[in-house]
Amino acid sequence: MSRPGIHHPGASAVAAKGWVQANKWLLARRLSQALVVAVFLTGPLWGVWIAKGTLASSLTLGILPLTDPLMVLQGLLAGHLMTATALLGAAIVLGFYVLVGGRVYCSWVCPVNAVTDLAHWLRLRLGIEKGLNLNRDTRFWLLGGVLVAAAATGTIAWEAINPVTVLHRGLVTGSILGLGSAALVTAAVFLFDLGVAARGWCTHLCPVGAFYGLIGRAAVLRVTAVDRAACDDCMDCFSVCPERHVIAPALRGAAKGVGPVILSADCTNCGRCIDVCSKTVFRFGTRFRNAPTDAPTGSAEADAAAPPAKVA
Amino acid sequence: MATQRDSAQTPNRRAMLTGAVRGACALGVLGSLLALPSRKKAEAVALRPPGAIAEKDFAAACVRCGLCVKDCPYDTLKLSDRGDGPTLGTPFFNARAVPCEMCERIPCVAACPTGALDKGLTDINNAKMGVAVLVGQETCLNFLGLRCDVCYRVCPRIGEAITLELSHNARTAKHAFFIPTVHSAKCTGCGKCEKACVLDEAAIKVLPHALASGQLGKHYRLGWEEKKKAGGSLVEPSPEVQVRGMEGVEMTPGGTYKLEKRPDGGLKEFKP
Repeated sequence: MSRPGIHHPGASAVAAKGWVQANKWLLARRLSQALVVAVFLTGPLWGVWIAKGTLASSLTLGILPLTDPLMVLQGLLAGHLMTATALLGAAIVLGFYVLVGGRVYCSWVCPVNAVTDLAHWLRLRLGIEKGLNLNRDTRFWLLGGVLVAAAATGTIAWEAINPVTVLHRGLVTGSILGLGSAALVTAAVFLFDLGVAARGWCTHLCPVGAFYGLIGRAAVLRVTAVDRAACDDCMDCFSVCPERHVIAPALRGAAKGVGPVILSADCTNCGRCIDVCSKTVFRFGTRFRNAPTDAPTGSAEADAAAPPAKVA
Repeated sequence: MATQRDSAQTPNRRAMLTGAVRGACALGVLGSLLALPSRKKAEAVALRPPGAIAEKDFAAACVRCGLCVKDCPYDTLKLSDRGDGPTLGTPFFNARAVPCEMCERIPCVAACPTGALDKGLTDINNAKMGVAVLVGQETCLNFLGLRCDVCYRVCPRIGEAITLELSHNARTAKHAFFIPTVHSAKCTGCGKCEKACVLDEAAIKVLPHALASGQLGKHYRLGWEEKKKAGGSLVEPSPEVQVRGMEGVEMTPGGTYKLEKRPDGGLKEFKP
């Protein structure tokens, strides 16, 4: 399976579009993930308070409350109705991800994503086989388990090990520098993804991602394979996609009369497929422009537009 | 190209190496998870911030966001990490390290978004973070007969939460003990006394209420309180029992004799 050469997806995109264009969304995502940590650090480090708290619950610029809706739900099941600030914060977060896609949280906000992406990159470099074969629906069972645990124990039990908040807390309080919970949980996730199961945590197990996937089922913002007629089957998008099953229905759906928009709630809107495609098949769009007949006209434009772009 | 040739020439060594990496990773995952609940050492009893709701409910309400910690101006509050004692990520303080300064505006409570710290606490003097207990009754300098008084002096509710109770020092027969005495109804559990105790290990320690206060059985009634409430004794008067030699002496309804003392000290009614 580990044929050398296949581990460099995006090479043709770099050749076609230049390095920056071929990594545009990846760079934007890393910047976004870094900013989500940085806004919490400017206060303690330099006295410039932008955001306080953690991803569990925060207050930005002293006015904007944001709370993880999964946390509010767990608290509710554990028998505590949280106060207005937390409920308002959860409603804002919920509204945002319902619009832009729940798993935008995973690819643009969650700090664990950078860890598991690094593990995946290293795994390809070292040629480590796929390993443990996990079912990606396992995360939904785990999400159910998290909620049952909250109700059964009367505590927000999942927070004892939740890598997302444990790592973010470690980053914004600096406790990641010691051999505390943040370092241990992060090491566990990294090593699991590196040596035990390919894309094990984020794609197959994480109940937080599963939850955000569920709330983003009807998201407006979606990746669309608008120029799918231009696809040359290089497989680079499949190679980089953390949820590769989401691509085929849209990319290969023209014959079956399926529209070009990637509608699966598992898609994290990371935009990496847009980056690595040398034929500019993908772009961000809305879920509404999804008529199967959109593709031919789009591809006609792309055929005219693509060659000059290469020259430039 | 170089990697292609390497892997083609030594497939066995490569398989062995990746197998070793995978094994090491699996062990690492296990090791990290097993190390997670480990304890660094037996720490002093951790206290919750002011206004914290009952521990059982707190675990359902606190989302471990750390907003209370960020708004604590004295860096009293910390988020629990591995080995600290309280549930991972929840706020606590160790009074001997940094006690609660009992801010008038209670910023930690104001910061809490979830109600884990109860906004109903508006007067910090009503906080119940714990209760101070003078555990070192053989080491406390005041118990030894000295006038240290430090815990009493630093108490933000001096003379209310801690008083000095006077008693006779029988060892010297001519000195007094001034015993620091905590009144749990007034003590906020701020821990200033524990912080200030001059001993190497504090003789006075703030403990959570559940540990410190004890609890009467729910069926217990305090006779004197019940009597006050009822406006009189709740028990039947004792039956009249005649005592030999006291025949003919008048009895009260309570069943005791009305006695008069004679000038020589004896009892007038008593005829041996």
